[in-house]
Amino acid sequence: MSKLTELTLAAARDGLAKKAFSAVELATAFNQAIEAANPSLNAYVLTTPEKALDMAAASDARLKAGNAGKLEGIPLGIKDLFCTQGVRATACSNILGEFAPTYESTVTSQLWRDGAVMLGKLNMDEFAMGSSNETSRFGPVVNPWKRQDGANAALTPGGSSGGSAAAVAADLCLGATATDTGGSIRQPASFTGTVGIKPTYGRASRYGIVAFASSLDQAGPIAKNVLDSAILLESMCGHDPKDSTSLQVPVPDFAAAVSRGVKGLRIGVPKEYRVDGMPEAIEKLWSDGIAWLKDAGAEIVDVSLPHTKYALPCYYIVAPAEASSNLARYDGMRFGKRVAGNTLTETYEQSRAQGFGNEVKRRILIGTYVLSAGYYDAYYLRAQRVRSRIAEDFRQAWQKCDALLTPTAPSAAFGLGEKSADPIQMYLNDVFTVTANLAGLPGISVPAALDAQGLPLGLQVIGKALDEETVFAVAGVLEAQAGFTAKAKPWW
Amino acid sequence: MAVDANTVRRVARLARIHEPEERLEALAGELNTILGWIDMLNEVDIDGVEPMTSAVETTLPLREDVISDGDQAAAIVANAPASADGFFVVPKVVE
Repeated sequence: MSKLTELTLAAARDGLAKKAFSAVELATAFNQAIEAANPSLNAYVLTTPEKALDMAAASDARLKAGNAGKLEGIPLGIKDLFCTQGVRATACSNILGEFAPTYESTVTSQLWRDGAVMLGKLNMDEFAMGSSNETSRFGPVVNPWKRQDGANAALTPGGSSGGSAAAVAADLCLGATATDTGGSIRQPASFTGTVGIKPTYGRASRYGIVAFASSLDQAGPIAKNVLDSAILLESMCGHDPKDSTSLQVPVPDFAAAVSRGVKGLRIGVPKEYRVDGMPEAIEKLWSDGIAWLKDAGAEIVDVSLPHTKYALPCYYIVAPAEASSNLARYDGMRFGKRVAGNTLTETYEQSRAQGFGNEVKRRILIGTYVLSAGYYDAYYLRAQRVRSRIAEDFRQAWQKCDALLTPTAPSAAFGLGEKSADPIQMYLNDVFTVTANLAGLPGISVPAALDAQGLPLGLQVIGKALDEETVFAVAGVLEAQAGFTAKAKPWW
Repeated sequence: MAVDANTVRRVARLARIHEPEERLEALAGELNTILGWIDMLNEVDIDGVEPMTSAVETTLPLREDVISDGDQAAAIVANAPASADGFFVVPKVVE
């Protein structure tokens, strides 16, 4: 049998049910793998090996008693943006210091309810603001994948959920929680050969997730394959009275949708996503994806989303505006870091100057500026109206198709430090993913090919609001047709 | 609408972030680059378009107006930089 850590979540669940191994054995295998790999990859910012063993022992007892949950004994990594009771949560920012939440986020509480086991907290860009993991207070995650040019350059796993993606890709958990405000689940999934899905806005509760941009933030899983991501998403979703934007709708059987097929579905290909300078490998991957879906019985239709190019600039008003408001709570008084000044105002100003990193400060300043008197109408209100246009583009597209197929990201994983000097170059990573956040739609990234350097590339499927089932159905076909089985070769 | 050092100083004060004088020019440059890029939104025809204020079409639910939580002073101050007797201890506010 292959190593326990190399199993998929679904296979591990079967193994546990058949008593081929115990939950404690499984957790132990992951604890050891993390201990060996983390000094090289920096995916975990905090490990909880003893908690994992305690939770696994409880899982073994429930498995034995015949009352196992849907994720009984499954070891998961948790993005450091999620509040975990008694376990440090920092959003990878200095301003949160050693903050140890006294409550649990709804999403993680549902995973524990279903029997999952916590391995630790995963690295990310500070407050989820970044596309390369380089803004983390704990330093960047290193992508398990390397280019084949022999130069051995350290690559980014993407961001902001870079720790989640790297941990899944390197077999340091069976799945991970992540969040997506502009592409933070899907872009890292694409960079690491993993599957990541952002559900419809409102599917998963935001309670207990450190807020970045509240009208865009949404939790979802990163997993080894489409079925695993569906299993995890089902546990993460559901109405929560503690989040007023959480939708009161039933959670469908996502796992069943994965094998539904695409016969008769109309798949839209938006012409505006064919951007200048797109690498050839991504062009080819996209054409292959279209051919695979056609082969499987889908009808391909050309669609237009005319406001696509305005999505990123729109996002860089809406998201910083919401962030400047959300991050006002970090005042050094109630939790986190306090740096004393001569006056109260100076104490606020020094605490925030020393607690926040440069990218976070930049976004707070932009957000404060676009919301300030005299600029609100010209920037913020205009962006909110452009956002309506972008959402309307999708509504028009749904007249012609049931789901959209696009590349996930405009490039493969790039080198650490390669783009960190130019914010706009960094922001352009999210050019294909950010539209789904602005419109509140579900989107998944499925690994589908390797480029000439042997790096993974993902295809994205965007669906109608609350139609994750069709997204999973299309993703299932892409996965089967692509036959993507490559893994990063362990060097760590 | 170019941003200058004075504007950065004012915005940083509004955001309660200390930015040293020698950083203001550089920050103004960074913000102008980003705002200049954002200016492409001026090309979009937004006549008669309502601002989007919610990501999904839904109405905010009302809950029962009852007390459902409380009596957690110790948990609330557990992470405070300074606290005493269930209260936050903050720097002197009134002279």
